[in-house]
Amino acid sequence: MSSILRAPLDRRSFLKLATMAGGGLVLGYYIRPAGAAEVAKPDIEKVDGVFIPNAFIRIAPDGTVTVFSARPEVGQGIKTSLPMIVAEELGADWKNVRVVSAVLDPAFGPQFAGGSMSTPMSYTAMRRVGATARAMLVEAAAQTWGVPANECIAEAGVVRHAASGRSMKFGDLVAKASTLPVPAAESVALKDPRDFTLLGSRIGGVDNLKVVTGQPLFGIDQKRPGMVFAVYEKGPVWGARPLSANLDHVKSLPGVRDAFIVDRTVPEGQLTGLVPGVAIVADSTWAAFSARTQLEVKWQEGGFQNSSWEDFSRQAQELAKAAPGSPNVAVARTDGDVDKAISGAARVVEAAYSYPFISHTNLEPQNCLVHVQGDRAEIWAPTQNPDGARKLASQVLGIAAEKIQVTITRIGGGFGRRLDSDPVAEAAVISQRLGAPVKLTWNRTDDLQHDHYRPGGFHFLKGAVDADGSLSAWRSHHVSFGSNLGADDYPARFVPNYLLLNSKLENGVPQGPWRAPGSCTYAWMICCFLDELAHAAGRDPVEFNLALLGDRDLVPGTGERGRPYNAARMRNVVRQVAERSGWGKPLARGKGMGLGYYFSHQGYIAEVAEVTVSPKGDLKVDRVVAAVDVGSQIVNMSGAENQVQGSITDGLNAAWRQELDIRQGRVVQANFNEYPMLRIPDAPRAIEIHFVKTDNPPTGLGEPALPPLAPAVCNAIFAATGKRVRQLPISRTDLSWS
Amino acid sequence: MSKFTLQVNGRSHEVDVAPETPLLWVLRDQLDLVGTKFGCGIGQCAACTVHLDGAPARACLTPVSAAASARVTTIEGLSADGSHPLQKAWCELDVAQCGYCQAGQIMSAAALLARNPNPSDGDIDDAMAANLCRCATYFRIRAGIHRAAEMAAADREAKA
Repeated sequence: MSSILRAPLDRRSFLKLATMAGGGLVLGYYIRPAGAAEVAKPDIEKVDGVFIPNAFIRIAPDGTVTVFSARPEVGQGIKTSLPMIVAEELGADWKNVRVVSAVLDPAFGPQFAGGSMSTPMSYTAMRRVGATARAMLVEAAAQTWGVPANECIAEAGVVRHAASGRSMKFGDLVAKASTLPVPAAESVALKDPRDFTLLGSRIGGVDNLKVVTGQPLFGIDQKRPGMVFAVYEKGPVWGARPLSANLDHVKSLPGVRDAFIVDRTVPEGQLTGLVPGVAIVADSTWAAFSARTQLEVKWQEGGFQNSSWEDFSRQAQELAKAAPGSPNVAVARTDGDVDKAISGAARVVEAAYSYPFISHTNLEPQNCLVHVQGDRAEIWAPTQNPDGARKLASQVLGIAAEKIQVTITRIGGGFGRRLDSDPVAEAAVISQRLGAPVKLTWNRTDDLQHDHYRPGGFHFLKGAVDADGSLSAWRSHHVSFGSNLGADDYPARFVPNYLLLNSKLENGVPQGPWRAPGSCTYAWMICCFLDELAHAAGRDPVEFNLALLGDRDLVPGTGERGRPYNAARMRNVVRQVAERSGWGKPLARGKGMGLGYYFSHQGYIAEVAEVTVSPKGDLKVDRVVAAVDVGSQIVNMSGAENQVQGSITDGLNAAWRQELDIRQGRVVQANFNEYPMLRIPDAPRAIEIHFVKTDNPPTGLGEPALPPLAPAVCNAIFAATGKRVRQLPISRTDLSWS
Repeated sequence: MSKFTLQVNGRSHEVDVAPETPLLWVLRDQLDLVGTKFGCGIGQCAACTVHLDGAPARACLTPVSAAASARVTTIEGLSADGSHPLQKAWCELDVAQCGYCQAGQIMSAAALLARNPNPSDGDIDDAMAANLCRCATYFRIRAGIHRAAEMAAADREAKA
């Protein structure tokens, strides 16, 4: 027995665990007493002799390696990338790896997909999962041959002993490995990253063939025997309650099984869980949709039926005039003396930026399938937050969370929306009444008018540059609807005289995280205003921003929630993107380049956009170059580039034309015809991505490449036309020039 | 309710539904062909694109009564095994992110390639502008169509 192995279990108890129906021993990072909880397990082969070293891996005697993907696949590629990490350390042949989505189970550790956290949270854990199983296979081979384990290596599904030239396939080692004790995860040596063969290569998504052949993968594709189809109408004004409805008429319509009012809010007082509405249940989706067109509801509209974007905007302008410290004008940070610096400055620039509420518009409309049977429930949901979904369902149903099984389906777009579980709660309530499996499907109008929106906001900025062209003062007043700029948000800590004021507008608009929350709008305002100041200082924007980033490497965080800012990493990507994009090259009138850079979700990313604006004001984004520092290792090069390409194009999508109008306490737009989304003719033709590897832990790419895009494009528009875009969407500004 | 005989992917199906029922929901709920996706219900996202007698059509706007006279092809019928050049190119270039729109993208692209085997970027813009990809994988969709055109040309050459 090798010294790295310990013996927590005797052979008999391990085998017992290994032959439990689909059960398994849980190791290391995710510790759960074996057999302690009754949890549902994925329905995979229950073949005798399958090697189950931990919750994530099954190895069959034929050599097939099954790896469980624990985190929801929203299009970020995690179902491929995390199993790649396991396979790399295991020494498996990727061709023999089969990936299966896991159900919600504590054995798998954290299972949400949000905040670009999956890679940073799971990278080392998944390495250990693979390495532990590899150590057992190696030990099995070493014992079989009577050689030291440290002379054996595992690669491409085979354990080899170089000195004697012997080798055994994983499948042939399964029986022996199953008899061995499981080593402590932390005790197993991880590979030297220089020996990686799979990580960093280009691997196609494991579900690609199913996607391109239309197989049932998504939440909306799920079916159960005896399933009925439901819709759920909520009030047009957020917070509305149904007083009465023509339920008898609706129930008489073809195919309708039931129609009823739900007058509950769970959790109480919140807009993002179960809210009151009217349910219609029918024999088919279309029967439910059709019946809904005849539903008439009398609503009590709640307290926000008079709110409007126009009024919010007026309130923000008033707040902007108020003094620091006056009601609803909180001083969030103050360094030096901003007023003094501004009054003595060579140049002062003042600008008001604003951005609208926008929607997540997941292309797969919100949906959920729930089957409540007495004191148990099963949920099939396209959820980014299966644990949150289970908790909300538990609250709504009065059923203990342990009695609720959650199957996580592939998700037709997340972007943060599916961290909230309102559709799960709605389907749960309906299934509990019917006692049947219920599939709830939202239509596009539900989706646009009952989203949990990316908040809009207003940002009043004043900046000053000295005679030597350096940024001496920054005065910032952010008026928002939910979260405000944080005290450490850039460029705090880089400007000697700095004042941040924050205000919140009272509102009844449901809000939630939208891809790169906060950063997705802050980056735009901040990098655009920095560009204004660079021009005021008569300096090249790249040079101005590099000077601002200074010469310190790691700038410590300040205050309780302060975070360090690695200025060296940011300067590096800014320099790289300038060099790779050909920054400073001569361009014809109507063409321009602009810089955006931002630190978010642990990634340091700089982007340069190259645009053409016609004299009539038509915009084309010709090329985007990105320099991306997300640490030491790209997991899947194909997936990583896809995320950056998508974030860049989605960043343009959001900034260019997306805007929701709020009138009378409701969103006006009802479908894509009123909410223009980017299509292929407007997508950037050229996107060049340069990953800058640094000696930092690998971090996620679902979000951080999005924030720099909008300022890069708007600054390029200025370079092309001399016109500043201070309001999103870009389409609100006339870009014509002559 | 009325009975209709539909020709879908070379097979005949009898359904008993209201005549105005969109083909989309007949495919998804009655025929278990869920590759055709619901996105907007008003023909604005093209996630539900199918072929009617080879021409792209939005299944959400096509009443079943109008589909009964046509040959319907869905993503499940584009090839028996994912071997259509577009399906192969989509896998090779790893086009999809969430994947929800991709069946519609491929069906629109298949109709384009059928009438124009070597489309320019402009041709792609014209033929694909209706198809929304919320993950914004347009860069790879464009590359995927060009790659599929290449593969199809190589296939034709090999057979010639």
